[in-house]
Amino acid sequence: MNAARYWGSRASVYGVVSLFALFSAFPFFWGLVTMFKRSQDLYNPRNNPFAFGAGGPTLEHVQLLFQETKFVTFAVNSLFVGAVVVGITLALALPAAYSLARLAGRWGEGLGITIFLVYLVPPTLLFIPLSRVVADLGLQDSRWSLVLVYPTFTVPFCTWLLMGFLKSIPRDIEEQALIDGYSRVGAVVRTVLPLALPGILTVVIFSFTLTLHEFVYALAFVSTSSEKTISVGVPTELVRGDVLFWQSLMAAAMIVAIPVALVYNLFLDRFVAGLTLGAVKG
Amino acid sequence: MAGQVTRAGPLTLGDRIALQFRYLLDREALLGPLLLLPAVVYIVALVGFPFVLALAYSLSDVTAGDQSLDFVGFRNFTDIVHDPIFRRALRNTFVFAFASQALVLVLANVLALALMAEFRGKWLVRLLVLLPWATPAALSTIAWLWLLDSVFSPIDWLFRQAHLLGPGTPLGPNNNMYWLGRPELAMLSVIVVHAWRILPLATVIVLAGLTSIPQDIKDAAAVDGAGFWRLFLQIITPLMFPVVAVAVLFGFIFTFTDLAVVYVLTRGGPINNTQVLGSWAFIKGIQGGDLAQGAAVALFLFPVLLGVAVLMLRLARRAEVT
Amino acid sequence: MAAVEARGVRKLFGPVKALDGIDLATREGEFLVLLGPSGCGKTTLLRIIAGLEQPSAGEIVIGGQVVNGLPPRARKIAMVFQSYALYPHMTAFDNIAFPLKAQGMPREERARKVEWAASILGIHDLLGRKPRQLSGGERQRVALARALVREPSVFLLDEPLSNLDAQLRASARDELQGLQRRIGITTIYVTHDQVEAMGMGDRIAVMYQGRIRQVGTPLEIYEEPADTFVATFVGSPPMNLVEGESYLVGFRPEHFLPRQAAHAPSNDSWSFTFRVTRIEHLGADRLVYGIVGSAAGETKVVSRLPSTVDVTLHAGESYEFAVPAHRLRFFDKATGSATER
Repeated sequence: MNAARYWGSRASVYGVVSLFALFSAFPFFWGLVTMFKRSQDLYNPRNNPFAFGAGGPTLEHVQLLFQETKFVTFAVNSLFVGAVVVGITLALALPAAYSLARLAGRWGEGLGITIFLVYLVPPTLLFIPLSRVVADLGLQDSRWSLVLVYPTFTVPFCTWLLMGFLKSIPRDIEEQALIDGYSRVGAVVRTVLPLALPGILTVVIFSFTLTLHEFVYALAFVSTSSEKTISVGVPTELVRGDVLFWQSLMAAAMIVAIPVALVYNLFLDRFVAGLTLGAVKG
Repeated sequence: MAGQVTRAGPLTLGDRIALQFRYLLDREALLGPLLLLPAVVYIVALVGFPFVLALAYSLSDVTAGDQSLDFVGFRNFTDIVHDPIFRRALRNTFVFAFASQALVLVLANVLALALMAEFRGKWLVRLLVLLPWATPAALSTIAWLWLLDSVFSPIDWLFRQAHLLGPGTPLGPNNNMYWLGRPELAMLSVIVVHAWRILPLATVIVLAGLTSIPQDIKDAAAVDGAGFWRLFLQIITPLMFPVVAVAVLFGFIFTFTDLAVVYVLTRGGPINNTQVLGSWAFIKGIQGGDLAQGAAVALFLFPVLLGVAVLMLRLARRAEVT
Repeated sequence: MAAVEARGVRKLFGPVKALDGIDLATREGEFLVLLGPSGCGKTTLLRIIAGLEQPSAGEIVIGGQVVNGLPPRARKIAMVFQSYALYPHMTAFDNIAFPLKAQGMPREERARKVEWAASILGIHDLLGRKPRQLSGGERQRVALARALVREPSVFLLDEPLSNLDAQLRASARDELQGLQRRIGITTIYVTHDQVEAMGMGDRIAVMYQGRIRQVGTPLEIYEEPADTFVATFVGSPPMNLVEGESYLVGFRPEHFLPRQAAHAPSNDSWSFTFRVTRIEHLGADRLVYGIVGSAAGETKVVSRLPSTVDVTLHAGESYEFAVPAHRLRFFDKATGSATER
């Protein structure tokens, strides 16, 4: 390829990529600026929304977020629910994934797919009857209702993803451990789990963020401020009357988005590999 | 030491029975279902049972006040079908899903192709592209609430700077677009926000498919004299079809069943013009207290989802590239 | 008392009969080879003996005890897989110590046993390395050491040499056999390579389509094959089979020689008119391909002429070839089993 074509194609790659980066990220650029903007600056439609006007940046809204709203409570709730749900998910999905990957034979494929299909039953369909179930169990308005219900979407997804990871571990190694003197469970714990650790970690991260993002159930089941998670608390509570605390809102959004995006970026290659193992092969 | 071998003598019947119990958990036929049981029980209890309950609700007159389940036949369904808002919501649900996924289809493919190349700053680009997916739907949608605001929209500001907006410009005499105030623009806004949110995930899936195409095939094509476009259209696209279709179907499901974007961005407005099944079910069922009608509305989601699920299965089976 | 016995073992995978009635008994301390083409059921039989699969019918007896339903760890066997199945996340030392840990052996004793096994296999220097840092031959030795270290009653080996390069294979064969003789543990060895089988086995069990066709010493299998399958599977080039009126006649290429060179008086041998089509010069031998007449018309046969037989042959010409009568083998046309004439 001659130089002109090479640089031409380089330029087009950079061009395309910059356009997309801009498209995806410009709300966040705006958010990054806005979280430090003074209110007189913000509420003037003539001012440049992407730069600081008279008076420069301020930390007051970020402080407000932490000191005068329940943001920290929301964050704690989100982390708590996330952690417990991840624990429950692993406890349910790992054995199930192993059973389907190794022990179920021809039933395994079919059952695995059925489990995946469960994932496609959306919260928007189930939230009404589930709200009744939650109320009957006395968990209305408690973050425990979320702990109870969130595994309904993490477990199917994670079982399916883990199945793919587990299948990629050679059977030989487990069978060798059986021969070497361990029971099936012992063999798995000592040989399969250490090797599946990267996959398990990926699953942990993605299911944690799934719980972080969830909106429908959180909106439907929890109305008490102190029990709300970030994804519902921030949009509904950072408001006085009709006016939203925009700067604080953006601060909250950035505080959640950036670390999660960083972690996703780190684990992206693993996730893609897991998808290729699980999704592309059915 | 070599050659010394331990050997068990013949066993009594009692020994044999004891042995069978000791090794009970080794029997695959037992262990398999046992390991599967907790997950299955949980899912049946918290997905299967509520689903059946939703069906029951839709055929009853239950409300938040009256907890009893009295069978009323298909009355709920006939009621909502005659409701113009519901019909609007049903239409919107499809329109939003199809339109946003069409957009995503094109964009995700272009982006995934670009991301196949190696270039400086790739890590940063990936980070920026991932941001919409990394943010909780409600939070990112709230940002869009301001970005599309009728007075303060930064997009309007940009348009004004570029002399596209304002008196004497192509986009009209007003200084603002009223993205969320005008019905058609509101619909467009919802579609674009959906596409913006789904793009990262779709790109990742397409990327997974692209990277799983063996290099041999690309090499063979190059040797056969295929230029970029021929390679793309005649070789990559057919191979990628199942994967891309899976990505689009995923996105379709997310947008089809969405509640968050519509609820936060427009609450279904202006005047219920952007209502979708999810948001309408929420407003009727939880906010309005009419659980039966809410369930009925939500159930309209199911047949389409089932069809999509079947489609996805067929495609996933075809998607084995190697 | 036989160390391992299979009695009437059957295995079905859905409609497929992987094993169709296997009766086999090993002798104490022998090196028994299960030989057959892929799909014949040899690996399935090995896995059933190991306890990794359950038979659909029949019994497995190890050391006089029926072990059906017992998991592998209760059977006092050791197995080496084709891939060696070394645990990638552990060092060679930990790999070898793994089965001892399972028994709850204390640390010092474990270390002693590992050293003992390592010294037999000569891998003392490799103990600190991880599998990915080892060559194919080294990995095999670690796998063998791990199998040895428990002092099992039976060794099961599933094509352990097929992952090695050709050169290594020959010396590995030698070492394995020497090892088995020294330790004296009953060994069942699965392979599809008949050269390996003939070279290593005390006895060979030839399997095909889920059944054992013949069990015997290498010589027995070679000289007195029980049916046409064994006759043509063992020996390279395979035994020639020519159709007679009511039976099949078989003779090995090395016994099919020009009349002048045949080692028997002419009235004690069978003659054939042999039209040569092609000659391969292999150095020590010549392989002469050609055609003879038979009840079924023409049949392709091969002759193996050692270079010591100094007869000139040309492609396209016909010659008189003969086989000594006692070298002929007869097989039933319908069943393929060996018969008397």
